[in-house]
Amino acid sequence: MTIQFNEETFRDDYSFRNSDWAIKRFPFPFHEDSYMYSVNMEQHRGGPKGSVYEKRFDVDEHYVSEMRDRALVLADDPLRCQSLPHMTLAGWDTLELIMVSKSEDYPDLFELHRDGNQWHWINKPMGIDQKFTFLDETTLPCGPLEYITRQAQGDYAVLDQRDDMLWMDAGMVTTQADWSLDFDIGMNFFEWHAPVPLAHEMGIFKRALKFLLNIQQGAPARRLNWTMTVNPLLDTSPENYHKWGIQKTELTPENIGSRQHLRVELQTFYRLPRSNALLFPIRCYLISFQDIVTMPKWGRRLHRVIRDLPEELATYKGFIDNRPMMLDYLSQFDDGLPTSPGIWPDLDTEPALQK
Amino acid sequence: MSASPQKAKAGAEKLDVVVSAVVPLNDLVTRFEFKRSDGQDFPPFSAGAHTVVEMHDEGRTRLNPYSLMSDPADTSTYAISVRRDDEGRGGSLFLHRKVSEGDQMVITYPVNLFSLDLRAGKHIFFAGGIGITPFMAMIEQLERSNGHWELHYSARSPELASYAGDLQSKHPANVHVYYDSKGEAIDLEHLLDGQPLGTHAYVCGPAGMIKWVHDTATAHGWPDDNVHSEEFLAPQPGKPFQVRLCKSDLTIDVGENESLLEAMERCGVDAPFLCRGGACGQCETDVVESDGTFLHRDHWLEGEDHASGKKIMPCVSRFVGKSLVLDR
Repeated sequence: MTIQFNEETFRDDYSFRNSDWAIKRFPFPFHEDSYMYSVNMEQHRGGPKGSVYEKRFDVDEHYVSEMRDRALVLADDPLRCQSLPHMTLAGWDTLELIMVSKSEDYPDLFELHRDGNQWHWINKPMGIDQKFTFLDETTLPCGPLEYITRQAQGDYAVLDQRDDMLWMDAGMVTTQADWSLDFDIGMNFFEWHAPVPLAHEMGIFKRALKFLLNIQQGAPARRLNWTMTVNPLLDTSPENYHKWGIQKTELTPENIGSRQHLRVELQTFYRLPRSNALLFPIRCYLISFQDIVTMPKWGRRLHRVIRDLPEELATYKGFIDNRPMMLDYLSQFDDGLPTSPGIWPDLDTEPALQK
Repeated sequence: MSASPQKAKAGAEKLDVVVSAVVPLNDLVTRFEFKRSDGQDFPPFSAGAHTVVEMHDEGRTRLNPYSLMSDPADTSTYAISVRRDDEGRGGSLFLHRKVSEGDQMVITYPVNLFSLDLRAGKHIFFAGGIGITPFMAMIEQLERSNGHWELHYSARSPELASYAGDLQSKHPANVHVYYDSKGEAIDLEHLLDGQPLGTHAYVCGPAGMIKWVHDTATAHGWPDDNVHSEEFLAPQPGKPFQVRLCKSDLTIDVGENESLLEAMERCGVDAPFLCRGGACGQCETDVVESDGTFLHRDHWLEGEDHASGKKIMPCVSRFVGKSLVLDR
């Protein structure tokens, strides 16, 4: 296999690590030295070779361990995966999209053999070999959405489209930035975004909804979102806030470089062909501060973004209390030199830290 | 973010196809079947979706939407059925007269503006004439998933009732056909009155029929969200007019037999669009300045938008007057 899968954890001893390869391809979310909301959508049709944008569903060194973590979350709380009765067809759509994409994009890792509705799926990294009948739920060990998203990194919200509105009617959500599928299930687009500050006033959600309603088959889209997480925790859910919220108080100037993580979501959007629902995969990437600053441009820029971020956003993203400590740490890596535009690290052209 | 900036072109993604069959059904309606030129399967689609067919007719490009009426689960073939409109601007005439088996054409990926509400306990369909086409696909989809449906299909005469015979023999209990020539009519009030809670109604046909179903359903206490309709408008010919496009820095002339959208495209402006029939909202354009009268024909804008003179849907609407400046 072409990818060396890490043996690591996202809880307890937090043995999660990014290799040099993973650091270089990290989806750094800031294209300039400041940040404000925008709909920032672009087409999802590949990207530079080796980048997280290249494939439809990126598979990386964390795959096997992330799937193990998902299984642990589901064992504790089965309501992390739900599908209202009318969403089963959208579940099959999701399964088809992911199986077809992965088998085409990673032929050495995944195989899909189809003879009419008789399908044979082989997932080599997870050691799965499954024959089943497409569109017949009784031939899989669980529903189609749960089946395939136990084998695909990232969360999946499946949005029904009715009456010029999107509805959160199914999903698999175990690696979320503090939101709950069980709370949001059945809500419409404006309801589940109600807690977000500033963006409503800016008309962001109206424009975003209009854009999403018009995403068409064959033309997927993507954007990035970000927040901060202390320790490499995938499951930062409201359900478990009592377990992870307290960890935010355990940061010290000594441990912040290794324990404070930038959390980036690569969000993609696919029109599902058979159900006309919208699939919203939310893929979480984590990177420690000490790994980010190995890229001089990213170190300079992250300091400036965090320093200048409006207070409402730092509060909403949950790091307002730790911001001074973050800035003390990050300022060591900002020498005031200008940065090149765009998200790429530009290692060959950006100067090393000048202090 | 910009990992690899690509500006999306207007319209849905395209598919190269070859016409695999041309099947006349009666005096007015012909079915056209397509296979993919590269021999691959088509993407699956959801019933109610349409495709936009690109036609090159003596130097003019026409892009007309037609409902996909083949079985959504059959990815080997897409089919549309087209009613010849002798008074129209020529899209249907082009298909009827100039397209034959083996021709190469370009169509778009499916776009669905008329999808089934999959929560419905029952689906009741009202079709008028060529409005039968989306229901052909819906019936196939629901049959596969054991959906509960019935069809009320009104046609001018048995000779012109496309697919009525097939539908009746396949689904005798679900299909009801009414012929104008025999003085038959859908007993709409009665039908809407007796439906179980959670039924969704769908109507596709002439404008008068769509309004009749919506109004009658409202009068019988149906929630608006349970009544679905689709009507593609063909752009109507009209007096030529001139438009200033300020973003593109162009002044263009819209001819008698082309739409404002088509005129913009002819002049190289990549204006957004999807359905080209006044239904989807994609081509909505802000009016910067105007001195004259708008001929609004779309289903998208609200009455107040029409009255405001601040917006126009260039796929179907026109303008008569001294000057028009658009933010495009």
